[in-house]
Amino acid sequence: MKQPRTPDDRLLSAAGRQLSAYALMAIAFLIVLMFILNWLAGLTSSSSGMSRFGVDVENNSINAFLRNEPPQMDTMRSTDAISGVVLGHVMEGLLRYDENGELVAGIAERWEQNGTEITYWLRDNARWSNGDPVTAHDFEFAWKKVLEPATASQYSFILYPILNAEKANQGELPVDAVGVRALDDKTLQVTLEAPIAYFDRIVAFVTFLPAQKEFFEQTQGRYGADADKMLYNGPFMMTSWVHGASLRLERNPFYWDPSRAKLDAINFAHMTSDSNTLLNLFKDGQIALTDLTTQMLEEAMFQRWPLERFAEGTVFFTDLNHRPERLTSNFNLRKALQLAQDSDELVNRVIKLPGYLPGISMFPEWVQGVNGLLREEFPPAVHRRNVPLAREHLQKALDELGLERLPPLVLLSGDTPVARLQAEYYQELWRRELGIEIRIDEQTFRQRLDKMSAGDFDLVLSGWGPDYNDGLTFADLYASWNLNNRGRYINPELDAYVRIAQTSLDQVERVRAFGMIQQIVYDDVVHISNYERGYVYSTDPRLKGVVRRVFGAETDYSYAWIEAEAN
Amino acid sequence: MAAYVLKRILQGVLTVWFIATATFLAMHNVPGDPLSGERATNAAIQANLEARYGLDKPLTEQYLIYLGNMMRGDFGISFTQQNREVNDIIREHFPVSATLGILAVTFAALGGILWGALTSLYRNRMPDYVIMFLVILGISVPSFVFAALGQLALVNLNSLLGVSVLPVAGWGTVSHMILPALVLGLGTMAYLTRLMRSSMLEVMTADYIRTAKAKGLTPTRIFTRHQLRNAVLPVVTVLGPAIAAITTGGFVVELVFAIPGLGRYFVQAVQQLDYTVIMGTTVFYGAFLVFMVILVDLIYGWIDPRVRLK
Amino acid sequence: MSISKIPVRTLRPADFELLPAQSAAPVIVRPSRSYWQDAWARLKTNKRALVSLYIIIALILFTFAGPLVWRVDPARQDVDQISVGPGVDRRAIVVEPWQAWDGSSLAPGYDSGEGLQLAADPTTQSVRLLWSEVPGATYYRLYRNLFSATDIDALGIPMADFSAGGRRWYEDLLDLQPREYFYSITAFDANNQRMDEFLTISADVTRVITMDEVRSKELGVDIDRLQLGDEVFLTFHPLGTDYLGRDMLARLMAGAQVSLFIGLLAPLLFVSFGVLYGATAGFVGGRVDQLMMRIADFVVALPFLLFMILFQVVFGIGPGESGIIPMLVALVLLSWPATARLVRGQIMQIREEAYVSAARLLGGSHMYLIFRHMIPNTLGVILVTLTFAVPSAIFTEAFLSFIGMGVAPPTASWGSMSNEALKTMLTHPHELFFPALMISITVLAFNLLGDGLRDALDARMRGME
Repeated sequence: MKQPRTPDDRLLSAAGRQLSAYALMAIAFLIVLMFILNWLAGLTSSSSGMSRFGVDVENNSINAFLRNEPPQMDTMRSTDAISGVVLGHVMEGLLRYDENGELVAGIAERWEQNGTEITYWLRDNARWSNGDPVTAHDFEFAWKKVLEPATASQYSFILYPILNAEKANQGELPVDAVGVRALDDKTLQVTLEAPIAYFDRIVAFVTFLPAQKEFFEQTQGRYGADADKMLYNGPFMMTSWVHGASLRLERNPFYWDPSRAKLDAINFAHMTSDSNTLLNLFKDGQIALTDLTTQMLEEAMFQRWPLERFAEGTVFFTDLNHRPERLTSNFNLRKALQLAQDSDELVNRVIKLPGYLPGISMFPEWVQGVNGLLREEFPPAVHRRNVPLAREHLQKALDELGLERLPPLVLLSGDTPVARLQAEYYQELWRRELGIEIRIDEQTFRQRLDKMSAGDFDLVLSGWGPDYNDGLTFADLYASWNLNNRGRYINPELDAYVRIAQTSLDQVERVRAFGMIQQIVYDDVVHISNYERGYVYSTDPRLKGVVRRVFGAETDYSYAWIEAEAN
Repeated sequence: MAAYVLKRILQGVLTVWFIATATFLAMHNVPGDPLSGERATNAAIQANLEARYGLDKPLTEQYLIYLGNMMRGDFGISFTQQNREVNDIIREHFPVSATLGILAVTFAALGGILWGALTSLYRNRMPDYVIMFLVILGISVPSFVFAALGQLALVNLNSLLGVSVLPVAGWGTVSHMILPALVLGLGTMAYLTRLMRSSMLEVMTADYIRTAKAKGLTPTRIFTRHQLRNAVLPVVTVLGPAIAAITTGGFVVELVFAIPGLGRYFVQAVQQLDYTVIMGTTVFYGAFLVFMVILVDLIYGWIDPRVRLK
Repeated sequence: MSISKIPVRTLRPADFELLPAQSAAPVIVRPSRSYWQDAWARLKTNKRALVSLYIIIALILFTFAGPLVWRVDPARQDVDQISVGPGVDRRAIVVEPWQAWDGSSLAPGYDSGEGLQLAADPTTQSVRLLWSEVPGATYYRLYRNLFSATDIDALGIPMADFSAGGRRWYEDLLDLQPREYFYSITAFDANNQRMDEFLTISADVTRVITMDEVRSKELGVDIDRLQLGDEVFLTFHPLGTDYLGRDMLARLMAGAQVSLFIGLLAPLLFVSFGVLYGATAGFVGGRVDQLMMRIADFVVALPFLLFMILFQVVFGIGPGESGIIPMLVALVLLSWPATARLVRGQIMQIREEAYVSAARLLGGSHMYLIFRHMIPNTLGVILVTLTFAVPSAIFTEAFLSFIGMGVAPPTASWGSMSNEALKTMLTHPHELFFPALMISITVLAFNLLGDGLRDALDARMRGME
């Protein structure tokens, strides 16, 4: 061993030298390769103009994230919240929601409702991102396009209050018969099937956004598929969209209110829903805002990040199957299930995220009553967990059903982390408290929907988000004719209240109907309230004025500005 | 030779057809409806949607249309991104996966060969033990754990140094690629290191090395021309399958690092039941795999004259 | 490998003397050892392989005998001990059941004064806070922090907003742990602007439990003699609990049953099928062989992970099903060709061996050839393949669980446990550490055993090292 130069040693040192030479070569090769790949990749994904900083003071721009790639920007077909976030920045309808969540004039300067007829007068200075004026024809074109059967828009139903819209959508009438007409370039006239009180709130929805006919036809079916395949009339416009990777918005120079957008650019630089990745990106200063999960709060507090909370305005509940052949059509069984659980424990002990609110009603907190909040004017029933009473109800149910023991119930659930948590929690809870065996049926999104529509469940973890700022968007959920009433709950009394809420023009009467519906849903255990979803999030301290709200873009940077570190 | 190549290609085409048919049948037996949305659709809207995607036609007709379109290289329109063609999706996202895959395989191959050679030289000494311990880690820890821990380590390094050494996620520049490629290549690198090590040990005792030593060749020449060269051959054999496996198996890394690769799209498409994207991706990857294997076989026959193609 | 010089010795006369006659010729006997005895002897000298073997035996014991020793229901949830790490303080004070608070009553020893203050002893049931009106405020925001609040921009989690003139009390129920919390409150003026000052208070929360809970949790204390204010110990969880307060050890055992079931059974099934298929093809040869191998080629060409996912979707998992069987079937359907090819190659090779030809010439029947020569000579290769297939099956299961296509809840597998735990990696690393460790140990043990087996069984390797 001590002898310095045996042949083996010489071989070893020679080999060592050779290997290090190879290692150097390998590293050099790797570097060259990476640059070649980078160049090749650059052909497909350009990240030009994107800063690496979450808040870029110099360029007056920010980097943010989207939870997923927006499926499409075509306003006529768009259905999802992520597209909604982007569209909220780049498009504007007749009316829109401002930074306080109030409905305000958008492209329409003023409007007037006269029975079934509504007239909108458009702003003279409203223009598209190519400089063309936004005209009433653009609205007429887009709305009729939505209703054309060939467009196959999933949200076309939201236009059904308009005269002949439903029939046109079903192909029974030509779309020209639909009650929307441009009287001239700046006047749009809408005729409704029947007078309703909340049309101005519906009209702020994405499906009512305009589109320019000439441009739409130029895109040959690819409208909204890429940044240059769309015209924008909002405060921002999309200048690049690298699918799956990033999306860049720049200030729209043609927007009618030049004072609104303060940022020069918003880069949605990352598209991911992985909360760990988002946290890491935020910690690394690469995004200006991130949502935090329960487990991340400690780290966030340790880092001394400013935290905010925000309720998304959606309610989550366990729907019960009321079809007569199902056990859950038995009232006492439903009552037993309801009494054995407690949404406080679910939210405070299991989900544990401060943004969440325990579910106490089918209406979320924000729903308006006559003068204030609906839930202040009509307080929801007070729920107390009562296991002994629940067991009594269960016994009654068994007697009524003529059963010794309850067969297992199927709990259909989605595959999101919270749904899984909730399903496992309830399974054990009902087993422990009532001895009911629950079989979890976890399905991916569409499979779950399919089973819900087919009624292939006893209980299903479900939720409902509002389409427009009126209690009716929740109140008609259990109307016997509503296809989203997946449990087929049928109750003429509830139906009657829904009719009142739909047709009445008197807000007091409508709100009272909401209150009654809320009571029926609790008393008859139409569903079991679980929670209202919310978020805890942190924003870069230099970025001010980010709006998070229920309607419009859920996260809205269009009012935001950067305050450089002066203080 | 030409006949052999032709035969292989023909077989490849047949295989792709088989994959296409299998996927088609699988997709049309999946429970669930790709057209259902969060809001229940009425019959009219549902009919409009089905007509748009040709789902209202009988299954055999759908199959023929599908095969016909595929022959023309047209995989149809995505169900979730209703105005994007599957071709566009593959064209835009496959290069990302491929880039990542190539880089990962390169990392794995170069690292594996170097480490393997090194451990064999220092057999049963400190470097051997250290590297083999790391190899054991690389083999036995699931990639998603590596990905998450790697990202966490990087973000802490960045915040410790106060500068962003490497971006923690995303895609676009060289710096974005390094960590994901490393994580993706790690398992393969560990495997190749082991392979290279045992291959080196086998070669070291081979007769031709003894002959070379006896001939009095310089150690450098013995090492590079005889030992390394022969030891590398088995490593090259497994590279073909490794490239294919890595390129088509990058889901985890793509998900964790928010990389817009085809793998992530595929997982999303499966969750969303996006028929056309699932079928398109599967057929595309199948074809890619088949022809990759053919290519590797041909190249291998060319490198190693001992392997004769018949 | 240095060649030592043989010392040269000169011959002496003694060397030429005759040896005495020997009674018998020396018998050079080596005990006759079969292939398997030989292999076993070789394996025994391989320490790593041997240790791996012991680890595997230990794992199997852990999986099947473990639940008999550690009799805790892996599904039982303990919402008072959620995501608790191993070895934390389990003491709890017995108190009365929680009653909703209306903000008016004060616990003995507390009285209302200025600023933000507590209204009762802070416990894991609730923390009750009161504050006094700030002039000019329109509403208040209450925060909770785990660290002392010093910076008005980072007061912690905003818990709730209260309009001035409304209630001036708050009862915090959210996930209270026995540790110190810092509550702060800020006021906002009429212009929605935050005022510059904030009030802060710390609350040292003690863990409490009610009589009913003591009873239902079966903590093993004498209920009748238990009084309010007594100290009890909560259920013991040696490895801590998961995100629903379930015992980690029990869950790891339950998960082991799933992971090892898939990890062992799937390779066993597909290797057996592959052996049958490959042996048939190799033995029969000719057109049948060609056809069979083309079919295998088709299956090999399928992108493995993509098809695993597709299979999972197509099979679907019904209510109450664990999803183990679809995964097993998919694994078997997609993995057999590799073994089939390998075995076919071996059989083809052995068929041409001289000893097989000799046996055939001597009149050995097909059966004899197969059982005497073919199978024993391929068994080593098969065994090695089998051992290496286990880790890859376990990884596949973990991978599928990671992307949410694995076993359905509440079934636990190590993969699904790791996946759930990744989300809580920062705060509760133990939830990730244990299942990931189990995966690693298993994978490692089978890999090393495979190495050892290969060295022991592979004829080529005999005599090396």
